[in-house]
Amino acid sequence: MREIKAADISAAVAQMCMSANTKLPDDVRRKFEEGYKNETTEAGKEIFRQLLENADLAFETKLPLCQDCGLAIFYVELGEDVFVPGGINKAITEGMVTGYKDGYLRKSSCDPLTRKNTGDNTPAIIHIDFKPGDHLKISYMAKGGGSENMSRVTMLAPSQGWEGIKKFVVNRVAEAGPNPCPPVILGIGIGGTFEYAPKIAKQALLRKLDDVHPDPKVAEMEAELLAAVNKLGIGPMGLGGSYTCLAVKIALAPCHIASLPLAVNVQCHSARHEEVEF
Amino acid sequence: MPTYTLNTPLTDSDIDKLRSGDVVLLNGIIYTGRDAAHKRITDLLDKGEPLPFDLKGASIYYVGPSPAPPGRPIGSAGPTTSYRMDAYAPRLHALGLKASIGKGKRSDEVKKAMQEHKAVYFGATGGAGALLSKCITAAKVIAFEELGPEAVRELTVKDFPLLVINDAFGGELYAKPKLDD
Repeated sequence: MREIKAADISAAVAQMCMSANTKLPDDVRRKFEEGYKNETTEAGKEIFRQLLENADLAFETKLPLCQDCGLAIFYVELGEDVFVPGGINKAITEGMVTGYKDGYLRKSSCDPLTRKNTGDNTPAIIHIDFKPGDHLKISYMAKGGGSENMSRVTMLAPSQGWEGIKKFVVNRVAEAGPNPCPPVILGIGIGGTFEYAPKIAKQALLRKLDDVHPDPKVAEMEAELLAAVNKLGIGPMGLGGSYTCLAVKIALAPCHIASLPLAVNVQCHSARHEEVEF
Repeated sequence: MPTYTLNTPLTDSDIDKLRSGDVVLLNGIIYTGRDAAHKRITDLLDKGEPLPFDLKGASIYYVGPSPAPPGRPIGSAGPTTSYRMDAYAPRLHALGLKASIGKGKRSDEVKKAMQEHKAVYFGATGGAGALLSKCITAAKVIAFEELGPEAVRELTVKDFPLLVINDAFGGELYAKPKLDD
């Protein structure tokens, strides 16, 4: 067994929450620069200009990139030979609470019915996958409410196939329009079950925007969806243009012979995530 | 693209000259309010009790800012998605609200109310909260402090950069998605 101290995990998570909310990932920044150069509409260009200025300012001042610092989502790969005295859930949660407090990040979690704010952004949403070995990897994502609200899960009939998937995704983005802060990034979960499809859809958003899926067929599907969505012409912040979506990331999983689960997780342009390994 | 520098409170003649697509640099006092605050304001109206601010000529910014770090009046402060306030907006426009500030589409009911009561809907750039905070020179909580980020704040803004999304004449700036079918 390899022992990893809870305090070390908490400190790393706190740091990661503060850093991710103030430093735009390099791959996202590169897309903004590309958009600023290539967007066909003046209004769209101006949005990219503002977003680049916003990123510079957030990095300098440590003000959050966006006031919605999101619910704190964690995808954890936990080696089966790792032992965290005190528990890994507690370690991550405590780190998150510290990071949101010390980083002056907004606490956006509330009771679903009374709407009373929990005050410290708890609970952290933690997904743990066990892996062989003694490695620990924690990925953090700040997921805002505006884009999450535009996300959907549906259970298609197997006969609808790829065409049905494409239609659902394109219609979803069209209907969302300017609401989720386009240009968006789409995490698509195909297969699995009613609860598993959205889990892998969101996880797919952790990939780099400019990576290429190792399966050429899936890479082709991602490119096809990206082109179809960008034909909508919604553009940055809905003001029209060719940049409605920056990237599409697909995750596949086997599903029941009766089902074709599909989840579309819409991510706003402020795609804030980081990871730490032990 | 026409650019107007306007001061709050906004008047009918301010609203009359605005068309969707215009740029507005807003100055003066604006009020923050999002989901929970709108519910509270509506409850006060139902009970006939006074509101935390005068709606006549007012501008409401749909925002829940991040906490102010030391030495700054406010944290990051960009717009939240506006449709969630659609259920409340027509009533507020009828009582004198001249502008709302947010991002995303409005309902037909809100657009109709803006035409009936001479009001506009401004868009601010979503996800540019650090940048927008530079135009906020002062902030204080004036009601519902217990709501935390959702409390009603009085903000003093200087050249706050906005786009007219919906004007008082049925104009709409957002691009209509191009669907094949």
